[in-house]
Amino acid sequence: MTVGVVLVSHSAAVAEAVAQLAAGLTGGGDVAPVAAAGGTPDGGLGTDAEAIVKAARSVNRGDGVAVLADLGSSVLTVKALLSDEDELPPGTRLLDAPFVEGAVAALVTASAGAGIDAVVAAAEEAYSYRKV
Amino acid sequence: MSEEPSPGPVVDAAFFRRWLVAAAAVIDREADQLTELDSPIGDADHGANMRRGFTAARGAIEKEPPETPGDVLAQTGRHLISTVGGASGPLYGTLLRKAGKALGDSAQVTPEQLRDALKAGVDGVAQLGGAAPGDKTMLDALVPAVEALSFALDKGAGLIDALAAARIAAQEGALATVPLQARKGRASYLGERSIGHQDPGATSSALLLGVLADTAEQSAAGGTG
Repeated sequence: MTVGVVLVSHSAAVAEAVAQLAAGLTGGGDVAPVAAAGGTPDGGLGTDAEAIVKAARSVNRGDGVAVLADLGSSVLTVKALLSDEDELPPGTRLLDAPFVEGAVAALVTASAGAGIDAVVAAAEEAYSYRKV
Repeated sequence: MSEEPSPGPVVDAAFFRRWLVAAAAVIDREADQLTELDSPIGDADHGANMRRGFTAARGAIEKEPPETPGDVLAQTGRHLISTVGGASGPLYGTLLRKAGKALGDSAQVTPEQLRDALKAGVDGVAQLGGAAPGDKTMLDALVPAVEALSFALDKGAGLIDALAAARIAAQEGALATVPLQARKGRASYLGERSIGHQDPGATSSALLLGVLADTAEQSAAGGTG
C-alpha cells in the first residue's frame, strides 16, 4: 500500500516546511510520497486549485491520496474539487485534522504502509492530543 | 394550442453566455468597491479574486462556447474554482456547477427549471460552507433571492418580473448583512467588530443576480423571435 499525502496551505512556505517536517519525523525507511500545494501561482497567499490537482496526481500510486488543508479557501477548494469526480485521483480523501500534527500523523502512517482508512484515522486522532 | 400571454426570453446557452460576459464586466467595474468592503472584515482581495476568476471564465467560455445552458454554467463554475484563489472560487464555482448539473442537457430552460437549478446551486453553497442565512455570507443575498423568484413564479409572474423580484431581494439581503455579526469565514474571527460592514460576498451575489435580471430583460427587448 502506498498512500500519497498532499499538504495545502495559503502559504507556499508553510506547505513546503510542514512537508519537510513530516518527512523528517517519519524515521528511517521509505517515506510515502508527499507533495506541497501552497499559495497562489504568483507567489502570494491563497489557494491554487490547479496546484492541488497536480500535487494529488503526482503522489497518486493507486492506493488513495490523503489531502490536508489549512483553513478557509484551502478547505473549500479541496471539497469543491472532491465533488467533481474527474478532478482528483480516485480514492482521494480530505483529512479532518490540525495541519502540522495531522501532516506528521498522516505521513508517518502512510510511510508505514497503511491503507487510506488508517491514514485518515491517524490524522483525525491528532485532535485528541491536547497540549494542556 | 393555448396562447402564451407574453412569451418570455429564450433561455438557452447563448443567454447564459451573455450573462457571463455582462457579469465579468460588472465584476470588473465593481472590483475596487468589493475589495473595499472586504478590507475591514476580510483580507481585501474579494474584488481582485472575482475579477481574475470571471475574466478567466469569460475568456475560456468565449473561446470554446459550450452548447447547452447546463454546460455553460458548469464550465464557468469549474473555471472559477481553478482561478479565483480565495474562498469565493469554490463557493461560486459550486453554485454554478450544481446549477448547471441540475439543468441537465436541456437546450432551453423554463423559468421553473432555472428556479430549481438556482436552488440546487444555493443548497450546494450552504452545504460546502456550512453556513446558514444570518451568518453574514453570500447566502444572505442568495437565499432570499431564490425565495423571491419562487414566490413570483408561483404567483404567475413571467421570468423577467420574477428575476426583477429576485434582484431586489438580493440587494435587500446584502444591505441587511450590515448589522449582522459574521459567523463564517475570516470575518468571524473579528466577532463584534464585524458588525457595521456590508458583507462582500452577499454584495457580489446581488450584483450577479442583478446581471441575470438584466440579461432576461435585454433578451426579451432584443426580440428573440
